[in-house]
Amino acid sequence: MSVTHSGRESGSGYEVVQASREFRTLRRRFARFAVPATVFFLGWYFLFVIVAAFAPGFMRIKVVGEINIGLCFGLLQFVSTFTITMLYARWARRNIDPVAERLRQRAERGRRR
Amino acid sequence: MTSAMSAGVAAASHPVGRPIVNIAIFAFFVTVTLVIAIRVAGTNKTTADYYAGGRVFSGRQNGIAIGGDYLSAASFLGIAGAIALYGYDGFLYSIGFLVAWLVVLLLVAEPLRNTGRYTMADVLYFRFREKPVRAAAAISTLTVSSFYLLAQMAAAGGLVNLLLGVTTSGGQDLTIAVVGLLMIFYVLVGGMRGTTWVQIVKAIILTAGAAVTTCWVLAKTGFDVSGLLRHAAAASPAGSAVLGPGLEYGANTVSKLDFISLSLALVLGTAGLPHVLTRLYTVPDAIAARRSVIWAVWLVGLFYLFTLVLGFGAMWLVGAKRIEAAPGKADSAVPLLAYHLGGTLLLGVVAAVAFATILAVVAGLTITASASFAHDVYAGLLRSGDVEPGQEIRVARITAIVVGLIAVAGGTLAKNIDVAFLVALAFAVAASANLPSIVFSLFWPRFTSRGALWSIYGGLISAVALIIFSPVVSGQTNPASGAALSVITDPRIDFAFFPLNNPGIVSIPLAFFLGWLGSITDRRAGDAARFARVQVCALSGIGAERSGPATDTAVAAASAKVTGDPEGGRHDQQRDRGSADIFHAARPGGAEHHPLLGRPADEPG
Repeated sequence: MSVTHSGRESGSGYEVVQASREFRTLRRRFARFAVPATVFFLGWYFLFVIVAAFAPGFMRIKVVGEINIGLCFGLLQFVSTFTITMLYARWARRNIDPVAERLRQRAERGRRR
Repeated sequence: MTSAMSAGVAAASHPVGRPIVNIAIFAFFVTVTLVIAIRVAGTNKTTADYYAGGRVFSGRQNGIAIGGDYLSAASFLGIAGAIALYGYDGFLYSIGFLVAWLVVLLLVAEPLRNTGRYTMADVLYFRFREKPVRAAAAISTLTVSSFYLLAQMAAAGGLVNLLLGVTTSGGQDLTIAVVGLLMIFYVLVGGMRGTTWVQIVKAIILTAGAAVTTCWVLAKTGFDVSGLLRHAAAASPAGSAVLGPGLEYGANTVSKLDFISLSLALVLGTAGLPHVLTRLYTVPDAIAARRSVIWAVWLVGLFYLFTLVLGFGAMWLVGAKRIEAAPGKADSAVPLLAYHLGGTLLLGVVAAVAFATILAVVAGLTITASASFAHDVYAGLLRSGDVEPGQEIRVARITAIVVGLIAVAGGTLAKNIDVAFLVALAFAVAASANLPSIVFSLFWPRFTSRGALWSIYGGLISAVALIIFSPVVSGQTNPASGAALSVITDPRIDFAFFPLNNPGIVSIPLAFFLGWLGSITDRRAGDAARFARVQVCALSGIGAERSGPATDTAVAAASAKVTGDPEGGRHDQQRDRGSADIFHAARPGGAEHHPLLGRPADEPG
């Protein structure tokens, strides 16, 4: 790994890391979760907001007793938030943290040389 | 939420419960939290101690403290009150406030922790190394914090009015002043460490109190949620309409757009709130920052489920008419509910928790604002980094006093404005002025300092200007009663040419657009080397500021060795010897050091 390269320019060492295979793996894994998850939860939230604003009649349809679609839809926003949070926690622990840790250790070794 | 805004001095009324009991419980809570703040404060000798609590908090501790910061009076009193009056439309607030945490978790928390030190402006400064950018970020931090502070102080005024029977304007101003002085004391004595512990204690008591009250309400219907909703709808003047959306925002297309604007501000605002972002610096590393946010999501989510029950419970058991008639209106729904359920004692406890909430949140805001001024404006801009840590902390403390006094002055003016509504405005300003530049600087290679300036100032100025020219400030009256609903109560003064109450739908996209436009038209292309540094540091943590209470001397030695910084960045750290601030040593840049240098002592132990 080329992070042991020594340079005087402050940014250059970082550019070497940035170009390394390991870092690109890290970046790809981060993006593979963060981008679709962000698109999904923002889309899901604004779907809820727009339905609440422009189709209130739909939200008033009763499901069980006084509990209507609006309330269920709102509570599902809670469920999706909790779910995405825990999925990300697991994804990061398994796929991101080990790579980041390896990168940091290599950078550290390179420094000591 | 204009219809919930009150105008003029609230009508005099009898206090709820017995003022003596309320005062006694208040005093007890204040004493306990003060003792905590003093006991845990430590020395606060270094800037990392004072601003970031020495970065020694665990993810769980900090997550609970973030919950404490976030569950402000607006959440506890405001959302439950909005649900009590408007039913489903109040619930919409809590959904936006919760979903917003995913933006923090997925996009902001870990990169921010890795690239910054004490303030939000640090992140932008890390990318651009330019003073104007730092100044812009500091100005927007101070503006957002002021808006939020105003909301908290207004809540304090209303609450005290309700509970202590202080109905004269002068008496309320006096209590707001007492809140301000107490808060200044917390911040001066406790620093970030003391404030964090106060937040933790408060968050636990608040959640426990809300849980007990929620169970109490549900027990009345035999834990039948549908039954609770039926009772609530039956008690409401609007009938079953409260169970669906549209009561507050469904009137016409303008109010629907206003609702979408509010939703946009809520979901994007959290990730731009300086006092929430600053909390992420109190933990040792990015993984702990992530854990903090996960804890905060659970705590905040659970709490909002409680407020749903509390709100409908208040609608049923207290009734909209009594809530509307009480001083503080919507904000008094929960205290009135507590009084209905558990009499004077439960009321006193709930009120004291709410009061402690206000104190703690105000303290958190004050420390953020003072850190931004002392670290970004004083040390970074005025003195170009040439400042002893002791001097910087001294400036931070003086700023805390000034901010406290300004908050008192603002609070006395804003005490009649609905709290949830004021907070929503703070969210709109945060989402417009802060979020676009944070996201761009972390993830977009082409972003330039000009783009950052355009985005911050464009978002800030458009958001604030649209608020000034909105019905919030002038020209809005209640169509039925003719009573003024704006800040300026004289109906003849009307300069509201912007029809929406919340500016988010215009100012947030505008700020993103300006950030993009300012960058692509900038002749100086984005600096690839700097972006590489930001990206590598943000994602991997290489070169990130680590914690370490015992690194002072090691850092001093390491800093002394650093002879120059080819990029001219972080120049301030060289002189910052003796602080626990290991940034410089951990950063690359010294000619004798490898670019990826991170000292062994910096590794988390």
